[in-house]
Amino acid sequence: MPRLVSHPDEVKIVSRRFGQGATDIDKYIELDGYKAAQTAIEKGPEWIIQVMKASGLRGRGGAGFPTGLKWSFVPKQSERPKYVLVNGDESEPGTCKDHLIFLYDPHAVIEGAMIAGLAIGSKQGFIYLRGEYRYLLKIMEKAVSDAYAKGFLGKNIFGSGIDFDVVTQTGAGAYEVGEESALMESLEGKRGVPRIKPPFPAVVGLYGGPTVINNAETIASVPHILMMGGEAYAKVGSERNGGTRLFGISGHVEKPGVYELPMGYNLKKAIYEVAGGIRGGKNLKAVVPGGSSTTVLTADEIEVGLDFDQMGKAGTMLGSGGIVVLDETVCMVEFALRTIQFYQHESCGWCIPCREGTDWLKKSIGRLHAGGAVDKDIDNIRYLAENMLGRTFCPLGDAAAMPTIGFVKKFRKEFEDHLNGKGCPYGHAQEREAALV
Amino acid sequence: MATEKKTIFSPELAARFDKLVTLYPVRRSALVPMLLYAQDEVGYISAAVVAEIAERIGIRENDVHSVLSYYSMLRTKPAGKYNVQVCTNISCMLRDGYGILDHCKKRLAIGHKEVTPDGLFSLEEVECIGACCWAPAMQVNYDFYDELTPEKVDQVLDDYKAGRGKETE
Repeated sequence: MPRLVSHPDEVKIVSRRFGQGATDIDKYIELDGYKAAQTAIEKGPEWIIQVMKASGLRGRGGAGFPTGLKWSFVPKQSERPKYVLVNGDESEPGTCKDHLIFLYDPHAVIEGAMIAGLAIGSKQGFIYLRGEYRYLLKIMEKAVSDAYAKGFLGKNIFGSGIDFDVVTQTGAGAYEVGEESALMESLEGKRGVPRIKPPFPAVVGLYGGPTVINNAETIASVPHILMMGGEAYAKVGSERNGGTRLFGISGHVEKPGVYELPMGYNLKKAIYEVAGGIRGGKNLKAVVPGGSSTTVLTADEIEVGLDFDQMGKAGTMLGSGGIVVLDETVCMVEFALRTIQFYQHESCGWCIPCREGTDWLKKSIGRLHAGGAVDKDIDNIRYLAENMLGRTFCPLGDAAAMPTIGFVKKFRKEFEDHLNGKGCPYGHAQEREAALV
Repeated sequence: MATEKKTIFSPELAARFDKLVTLYPVRRSALVPMLLYAQDEVGYISAAVVAEIAERIGIRENDVHSVLSYYSMLRTKPAGKYNVQVCTNISCMLRDGYGILDHCKKRLAIGHKEVTPDGLFSLEEVECIGACCWAPAMQVNYDFYDELTPEKVDQVLDDYKAGRGKETE
């Protein structure tokens, strides 16, 4: 069972019910559950979207798109049914926040999906969890069936005359399916190969119908926002970055865990105060701030606020909120290699720059780590990665290229230290280069 | 549809599949879950599993194969009764996930995607399983074990060997 952590600087909004037995529907109701949905029914779609816009909530999956705006793009009239799709495919390395939402507050996901459905005029929601999360799927399935039993889902929800159904769905192991259009393909029973955009899901999505697709944390935040008010939620965060976020701090810190901090919270403080500093009193070398696809920050670059805009200005991304902390003992070439191994493994192979690019990057960095590279290989790695950027069908290619460029640019000295047959100066086992099959 | 017909699945699973295909606007949406649930019961995706699922959904076997080959949890060969999946992705790697993997290799005397001679255990090095803040982590079948040490791994494996392991299904 994942360990829950706590720190006085946390502002618990989306994690408010964690560890309080809210998987039980009666307990959830006692903790103000399903009140927001009833208010939403009363006040109607325009009010919901207006509150969401005022909240400044931006997509918690990593792209940071304003949620209220996204919902407002869905056409009011549609010949095809509209759908709400909750993305719980959480697969970005360093990210385990949705894990806790499904574990401790499954009804918030249902209620959030319901409110999204009310906002866009959809009668059908899907909650998609990655295949590895079977025990969490069972928790979600029970929550859904309890909600049906109470009349909160199905026909005439809360006696309103409105219908809303929810179906849970499992994946079967694929990072790529976390991309919204690939997830729709998967839910339609196909390979998770992304679709070309436009059209965007809000217009042509699941089964060809207008679809709102949101990350599980985004959706679970919705009921809380309706309860506290959009402006109040916005005020908790920083400029243009409303509210709080679940930050998963992992790696070489004393107290790893998922902490809910206000948007804009200082990264250095998050590492040194909230997560207790570097393990064993060692020195910090680098931070991967928002899941493995985001550009690495050096120890000197962490005096920055954790929101979408400030992280962008710092040359990286807030991403999925998975903060991975690396101490001085880490070989950055080995770390870069492990990162690219992952993307090579997960590339769906549909488009060439990603399929070939990730494979050649893995081979080149692997050879370099083993001591078999020559001088120009370092530039070649960077050149190859830079030429993948923006040239792939979906963001997986960028997700592989961006961190690679960052590692070479910011830790070039470490790459050079591996040249001329020297191999890894950190003495790491070479057999690890054996690629994942 | 297929309850009266001959099925390779248990009556419970067959009934579940009958319902599953009706939950979505198109029957094919049930494909990925059906493959995974069938694998849970049969142990792997055999030719017979492919044939029956294709028939139940009303698609070609070729379509099933195409989807099957995409998802990394689906396998076409049997694994051990207890499939040990050790994460070595970045957050786990930083907290000695590779040490845990090496320990499992030694302890079970098998390598990546291999099965012990008695068929009890198989081992896999896997990508991020979403337990980064509780690293290093692994799954045995669907059960998570986190904040691992070699001693904790031994305890977990001993429990499974003695038939005392957690089971979600």
